[in-house]
Amino acid sequence: MLSYALRRIAGVIPTLFIIITLSFFVIRIAPGGPFDDEQTLPPEIKANLEAAYGLDKPLLEQYGRYLAGLVQGDFGPSFKFKDFSVTELIVQGLPVSLMLGLSAVLLALLIGIPLGTLAALRQNSPTDYGIMSVAVLGIALPAFVTGPLFALVFGLHLRWFPVAGWETGEFRYLVLPVVTLALPVIAYIARLTRGSLLEVLRTNHVRTARAKGLPERRVILKHALRPALLPVVSYLGPATAFVITGSLVVETVFGLPGSGRYLVQGAINRDYTLVMGMIVVYGSLTLTLNLIADLLYGWLDPRVRYD
Amino acid sequence: MTDQAMAAALPAGAARGFWADAWRRLRRNKAAMVAASLIVVIALLAFIGPTFSPHAFDAIDWDHMAVPPGGPNDHWLGTDRLGRDLFVRTLVGVQISLQIGLLATLVSLCIGVAFGATAGYLGGKIDNLMMRFVDILYSLPYIFIVIILSTLFERGNIYVLFLAIGAVGWLTMARIVRGQTLSLKRKEFIEAALASGVGTPGILARHIVPNVVGPVIIYATLTIPQMILFESFLSFLGLGVQEPQASLGSLINEGAQEMESAVWMLLVPAGFLVTLLMCFNFLGDGLRDALDPRDR
Repeated sequence: MLSYALRRIAGVIPTLFIIITLSFFVIRIAPGGPFDDEQTLPPEIKANLEAAYGLDKPLLEQYGRYLAGLVQGDFGPSFKFKDFSVTELIVQGLPVSLMLGLSAVLLALLIGIPLGTLAALRQNSPTDYGIMSVAVLGIALPAFVTGPLFALVFGLHLRWFPVAGWETGEFRYLVLPVVTLALPVIAYIARLTRGSLLEVLRTNHVRTARAKGLPERRVILKHALRPALLPVVSYLGPATAFVITGSLVVETVFGLPGSGRYLVQGAINRDYTLVMGMIVVYGSLTLTLNLIADLLYGWLDPRVRYD
Repeated sequence: MTDQAMAAALPAGAARGFWADAWRRLRRNKAAMVAASLIVVIALLAFIGPTFSPHAFDAIDWDHMAVPPGGPNDHWLGTDRLGRDLFVRTLVGVQISLQIGLLATLVSLCIGVAFGATAGYLGGKIDNLMMRFVDILYSLPYIFIVIILSTLFERGNIYVLFLAIGAVGWLTMARIVRGQTLSLKRKEFIEAALASGVGTPGILARHIVPNVVGPVIIYATLTIPQMILFESFLSFLGLGVQEPQASLGSLINEGAQEMESAVWMLLVPAGFLVTLLMCFNFLGDGLRDALDPRDR
């Protein structure tokens, strides 16, 4: 187990390195630079600007400099947000994005697992069909459709929550974004839980537990649900990737000051360093969370063998 | 081959090949059939509908700005705040979504099948290397790759962009095909082909690829809505289709900004997008049940 964990952790670093290298060169090959759309810029000034940011150096040298900075936690200056370094921008935005993402995953677990369990215990009943139809809808609807709709219904018409905006520590600004982000994950977890619980309920150890005369509650919670939740654990890795992707939309729709929108703005403005910084941060985040989910799975399921 | 041999051996009427059987199962699946017909209806509407409207998708009607649907004018689904006809704009958006969905799926299909079949059949070190490459791309959220690629191309040339997205979307397809190939390559008919001197490209093209068609069709059907979703997602964020061209994603974005005063601008394109996505998902599920009876 320990050697497996160490090997996996060691495997993350080359993967990250390849991701950084590939995206660095792909972005630099792209036509157009960060100073292109300021059309009034005289060529000498543009040249000066490029020199100031080191863009006139050969590509390989720029790459070397970037890596050297990265090792020291320096993501370089942002080309468009002139007074900020990329590190500053990310440090400002990331806590909001993390809070949004973590709350969404937590909410999805808290609602998805009980819903899936309920559907499995009442298999083929109206409750089951109801929950599963809503789940299909929840998976098919993208966040950029549900987000505005929630804002319309719960923000504009019912006035329960603010439509958009952010104040630190104000819980009500988080409700609609988190629900929007969590909805597909809730639906997916409910479906996973239902399917795997139905399978586990048919196994021998559950029959034995019932035969021993254990109360049904205990059979479900202790003997059936535990192994049934393993697929949910392994879904947590993809779920975080999904939530990170969704946060790009949700932050735009609800006007949250998270870091996801920097990726979009950076791509539109060809702000190389900002896009690179976001890819490095979100890439390592995804890799780490995937790794944790994998290790957690191995720890929970003693049948998993490492070799 | 086997199908024909069996058909010859059995009395007429009793013979049913794999495809006839699958077709029969699919036809009995009401949800899938309704979804398939809806897709056809929407596609016809999208490509023919705009010709019946007196308005062009980018024409500005100064007398009817932001009018709701059903008003006393010939804007059947209302107009946006610039007075452009929403019926025509939405249908043009559906056209783009469908074209891009199909195009990107086709690209991902070709690359995925070729890559997966080659890796699976060759095996060993080459397989390891090829799949390691897939793993690395997999570990990064798909949308990152798409956003990086979207910076590569001139904005506005959406077809080039989607060729590129299709070129990244092949990862899952490659994995599926590789898995199938691994189990296929130990079968006797491959051995027979090898023994009769068929080369590697010949075996791949004649014996491996035709045998993975089932799973490939299923996954391709499920890829189309994903590609449609990606296009809408990018256009929603402003990285895809540019004004005055319309796509479902950019229309939803405009609608979301105007929803306080003109809610139809949000509901019309959102309704079309959701219907399309649901239909493709139901059709894909139906195909899976029809083509892969073991799964049930």
